[in-house]
Amino acid sequence: MSDAIIRVCGLERSYVMGTETVHALRGVDLQIRRNEYVAIMGPSGSGKSTLMNLMGCLDTPTAGEYWLNGQEVSRMSDDALARVRNKEIGFVFQTFNLLPRATALQNVELPLVYAGVPSAERRRKASAALERVGLGDRMDHKPNELSGGQRQRVAIARGLVNDPALLLADEPTGNLDSTTTEEILGVFERLHEQGQTIIIVTHESEVAQHAHRTVVIRDGRIASDKMNREAAA
Amino acid sequence: MKVFDAVREAGHTIRTQKLKTAFSMVGVLIGVTFLIAVVSIIQGMNAYMEDKFANGLIGLNTFQLAQRPTINTGNVEEEVWREWQRRPRLRYDDADYIEPRLATPAVVSRYCQDRATLGVGGKVAKDITLIGTDPAYFTIKNYNLSSGRIFTAQELRTAQPVMVVGTLVAEKLLPGQDPLGKEISVAGIPYRVIGVVEPQGTLFGLSMDKFVVTPYTAPARRFICPIGVLDYISFQAVNPQQMVGLRDEVESLMRQRRGLRPGQTNNFDFTDSKSALEGWNKISGFLIAALPMLVGIGLVVGGIVIMNIMLVSVTERIREIGVRKALGAKRRDILMQFLVESATISTFGAACGVALGIVLAMVVTALSPLPAKVAPWSVLLGVGLGMTVGMVAGVYPATRAAKLDPIVALRSE
Repeated sequence: MSDAIIRVCGLERSYVMGTETVHALRGVDLQIRRNEYVAIMGPSGSGKSTLMNLMGCLDTPTAGEYWLNGQEVSRMSDDALARVRNKEIGFVFQTFNLLPRATALQNVELPLVYAGVPSAERRRKASAALERVGLGDRMDHKPNELSGGQRQRVAIARGLVNDPALLLADEPTGNLDSTTTEEILGVFERLHEQGQTIIIVTHESEVAQHAHRTVVIRDGRIASDKMNREAAA
Repeated sequence: MKVFDAVREAGHTIRTQKLKTAFSMVGVLIGVTFLIAVVSIIQGMNAYMEDKFANGLIGLNTFQLAQRPTINTGNVEEEVWREWQRRPRLRYDDADYIEPRLATPAVVSRYCQDRATLGVGGKVAKDITLIGTDPAYFTIKNYNLSSGRIFTAQELRTAQPVMVVGTLVAEKLLPGQDPLGKEISVAGIPYRVIGVVEPQGTLFGLSMDKFVVTPYTAPARRFICPIGVLDYISFQAVNPQQMVGLRDEVESLMRQRRGLRPGQTNNFDFTDSKSALEGWNKISGFLIAALPMLVGIGLVVGGIVIMNIMLVSVTERIREIGVRKALGAKRRDILMQFLVESATISTFGAACGVALGIVLAMVVTALSPLPAKVAPWSVLLGVGLGMTVGMVAGVYPATRAAKLDPIVALRSE
């Protein structure tokens, strides 16, 4: 298991709300290898969002360990976490979260700006990422000039541009119709074939079907973790 | 993130939100406009007062010895005025006494003047400054002649009725003619025009060319001053340093001549460009002192406006901040983004203020005789202040933005 890109041991996260302590995660153990394509499912309130925030280095656990690409990130400072998010994780959100006043290219360049990449190289890398998701001809369009599927592809390009260890997608098709959903899932599939490690958080089992492994969270614990049939085949 | 990228982003945000930016920078703009305009006008006024008013009226490195101060810009109390009136008048022989006794090289000129009506045939020119003096006067006033010549020491000694005229007098009394050799009568006594002084322009909008210069010995002298009496004696030194020594010399000679004991105050006065400017300096000093307060109010209000608009802007962009943090922006990056944005807005406002201030100064120059002069230091100060105000005003909003929890920020609508 030396090629585990994610290693989570006894991960716990609790929130203090007034006098009450809410245990969102009650000890999660999980390993994800390089180039896996994993769906994380679970009903709302199951702790799936908490797990995603922790794996996305947006939050730190109350207890347990989280190793991402060989680094123990669970005890890192805010700034160190920002650096890890920048280098190791590509986020794809349900609502795309593109900057409305910036062009597709500028949106994709943003992670490189925070990585301190010089502007010519930023441009080159961002164009390449947009080409990869099939948007080479839409670089100078603003988000409101793009369709939902195109916007999500810009967001995916933004997630990929820094060559992250992990592409973390939170309900990436939640705001898309079924045709566009297929289109985006096709993009993920292709990226996976190119060697990208992908985690999709979703509550739709049809979407989860596309992944090769499904992890179900319930009440802050892993309820099931199995390979999907078609992927196993 | 590099500062340059932050500035570029700030520029982009400002370009896409022109109206909001315009509103946020109004305060700073007004403050800086005020700074530039007032400083320019005061500077121009200073130059004008020194050059045209003081040096023009009195002469360079020159002081005047007179019964009382010859130029008063402030209020004079009645008691002081009465004391001045009781003093002995200055006489020809005062000058005759002092001049040969001076050790410091100096140009000495005797002077008296009055307003008079001049005539040529049926034409009259009223309210002309009629000056009785000597050839040295032209040196001290730095008058150049556009035609003819000044009168000589010989003509002064022999009391010739000759005159050198200002251009306006020549134009009024002898329109379209060569004034040289023509006769102009002063109180019915004909004087021969021997020279015309170059146009002198205006002072506070009043023409400086309505005068005639005659020998103080000439026949009409009793219409200018009582015979033997002078209005003042001018002393011009070679340079400002010697002027001080010269003045001390004249003072002790005068005290000696008038038999004043130590402790007795002078019963005569000196006027030089510095004392002539006293009144103006008081006014400009007051303006300069009030300026920081007026500019300060503009900048403080401007800063508060910017801070509020930046706070609104942070609230509007919470989600954007969340996204940026998710993509790897550190606290420092977010802090810098908003600080740079706020500083850019306010620096831009200051730059507009500088431009507007310069335009105002130009308008003043065009519409009034004051040559408003933009001071480079005020431009630098204005822009510097603008940038500082923006930075300071940005600190609180930027800190708030930087402190946002990315999860909460991403979840906000």
